[in-house]
Amino acid sequence: MLRKKSKSPTWNRAGRPENVSFLPVRKTVANAVAATLLIAFAGSSFGATPPTSQVDTTHLAVTDTEVIVGQLHSSTGTMAISETGAIEAERLAIDQINAMGGVLGRKIKVIQEDGGSDWPTFAEKAKKLLESDHVAAIFGCWTSASRKAVLPVLERDNGLLYYPTFYEGLEQSKNVVYTGQEATQQVFAGLDWVAKTKGSKTYYLIGSDYIWPRTTMKLARKYIETVLHGTVVGEEYAALGSTDFGSTINKIRLKKPDVIYAAVVGGSNVSWFKQLKAAGITGKDHTLLTLSVTEDEANGIGGENLLGFYSAMKYFQSLDTPGNKEFVKKFKAKWGAGAPIGDVTQAGYEGPWLWKAAVEKAGSFDTDKVVKAEESGQISFDAPEGMVYLESNHHLKTRLRIGEWRADGQADIVYTSDYIMPNPFPKGY
Amino acid sequence: MGGYSISDLWSIVVMQGFSGLSLFSVLLLMALGLAIIFGQMGVINMAHGEFMTIGAYTIYLFSKVTEQYFPALMPYYFVIAIFAAFGIAFAAGYLVEYLLIRHLYKRPLDTLLATWGLSLIMQQIFRTVFGAREVSATLPDWLMGSWKPTPDIDIPLNGLFVMGISVVVTAAVILFLYRSTWGLRVRATTQNRVMAGSVGINTKKIDRVTFAVGCGIAGIAGATFTTIASTGPTSGSLYIVDTFLVVVFGGAGSVVGTVSSAFSIAQAQSILTFFLTNAMGKVVTLLTIIIILMLRPEGLFTSKVRK
Repeated sequence: MLRKKSKSPTWNRAGRPENVSFLPVRKTVANAVAATLLIAFAGSSFGATPPTSQVDTTHLAVTDTEVIVGQLHSSTGTMAISETGAIEAERLAIDQINAMGGVLGRKIKVIQEDGGSDWPTFAEKAKKLLESDHVAAIFGCWTSASRKAVLPVLERDNGLLYYPTFYEGLEQSKNVVYTGQEATQQVFAGLDWVAKTKGSKTYYLIGSDYIWPRTTMKLARKYIETVLHGTVVGEEYAALGSTDFGSTINKIRLKKPDVIYAAVVGGSNVSWFKQLKAAGITGKDHTLLTLSVTEDEANGIGGENLLGFYSAMKYFQSLDTPGNKEFVKKFKAKWGAGAPIGDVTQAGYEGPWLWKAAVEKAGSFDTDKVVKAEESGQISFDAPEGMVYLESNHHLKTRLRIGEWRADGQADIVYTSDYIMPNPFPKGY
Repeated sequence: MGGYSISDLWSIVVMQGFSGLSLFSVLLLMALGLAIIFGQMGVINMAHGEFMTIGAYTIYLFSKVTEQYFPALMPYYFVIAIFAAFGIAFAAGYLVEYLLIRHLYKRPLDTLLATWGLSLIMQQIFRTVFGAREVSATLPDWLMGSWKPTPDIDIPLNGLFVMGISVVVTAAVILFLYRSTWGLRVRATTQNRVMAGSVGINTKKIDRVTFAVGCGIAGIAGATFTTIASTGPTSGSLYIVDTFLVVVFGGAGSVVGTVSSAFSIAQAQSILTFFLTNAMGKVVTLLTIIIILMLRPEGLFTSKVRK
């Protein structure tokens, strides 16, 4: 059901057939017209800029100098806290691409829409972007709920979405590229690491009560029990927005798990860590591995409350590579020195670059051709996190890193995994 | 409970008892301001959470300024900032009453819509001024960590602090309402506005100050909660449901009712959450409240309020 087939690919979203072959005579005429246009409009740089008729056969918003893309995040409402970073990073990537000459010789112009943290609004705005703005691609969504709302629209109108958040997996659409990690990439390697370095046997799982933590914890429990031969001594879900963790923390104290494995999100996350610290559970004598704290969240929680705890992410701002240092410098120059860069922010930055690579490989903005390029297995990008490879299942092959939090809200990377193949539909889970 | 030693269990009982008390003081602090506004004036203030957020951001600003210019004062700024939080939220409440609420006293249900709209406006203002990201005030050291009476027991210092503040604020509210001339006038206006006006009480001024005091207390609550929870544009909305729950369950217009309602909800929730799961704990608590409200629609304690 998740992988609903889109409409027959020979029909574009305007309802016109895409692959009607022209008669030889008409083709000659068309070529002649193109040649005339070439003489009429082409500047010296024409060689790099193929004519619009060639790169866009499906009536997308592409002109000889410009291509329009959409950006669809929440800049208002409760999710604005999280989505701001992705918005900023996507803008930075687009600016950089434009400074390099754009995509297929065309400058990227952005139409930004606000999903307002409301899922039906996301679907509506996606429809607007695809059906009246005819954008070539959309960079957007953050929560799984917003992605699920947008998905039917994307598949009906045959649009493209680049989705930046690490998420629960169990989804693959030809119209979406997932630049964040799916659950198996984030969970298994992290658990392996903690079992190996800390010799942990007992685990306490705690998450917020919605699809991502629940699916993730289900994977984690199975992995702990069957592969690591450990025990899950407690599994608990707190309502979204819940601010009281006193009783939960007492239960954890009673069970004395070797590892607290956490996926609490949003405002609750701050309460959770502040109350842990106040209850005397700190990184000094407890091991806590979380899946939901990036530099963005650390900023709100306060580094002193996280000190010594671990996060499993594919990217940390402190990553010590020339590529990342350059990225951090550019990001801060554009958005201010105080702006933290988290995992999702960096994944957002990858979106426009991967799209550019796919479009250039396809030699066209047409959705079906771009999708074919995406699925070719030959798209890669030298991202701040290191090389990432777009696999034929629309997810990225990446590494997982474990960061140990410092008091200043930055993390020391204590472990980097090998490349992990994305596997959105793990068998046996 | 096999496998646990007696001392383990004892320390859990102590800490669990404390966590119930600490939730009680959180609920009480949230609800006091609203109890005054809703209870005494009948105004349904949906923006209560946002006045709490004002208090939280006040702490954040004070912490930043102190860190920047008076680092030596870091251990003490929090106390001053709490008074400032009261002052700023009081002023904001005063203004809101003047511009918005006073035009709606005759239409109590419309205050619900108007203040809800106000809460959205305030959230967006916070977002524009402070940014959409959550912020964190640097707390003084004496508020962090825990007190260990025995090696197994950790009593959270921030929990103790919240408790202390809520005792002080409750006492102040009771003194204000029942021992001051001003409180006498407030109660008179609550019971019979026309009669109160005819004996020379300036009921409009009473309304304005009562509303502002309620908002000011919300500011204190928000300031205090920076020690245990998040500070962001929408933090306030996390509290609004629980706040109304406490006030309605306790019975509008009764401080005693608010206190006992906060106590019973907190203890029920805390104990049930310990033995059941988080979600079930909440479900059972809410079901019980619904049943009690069906039997006693006016809440636990009732007093005559302005109709």
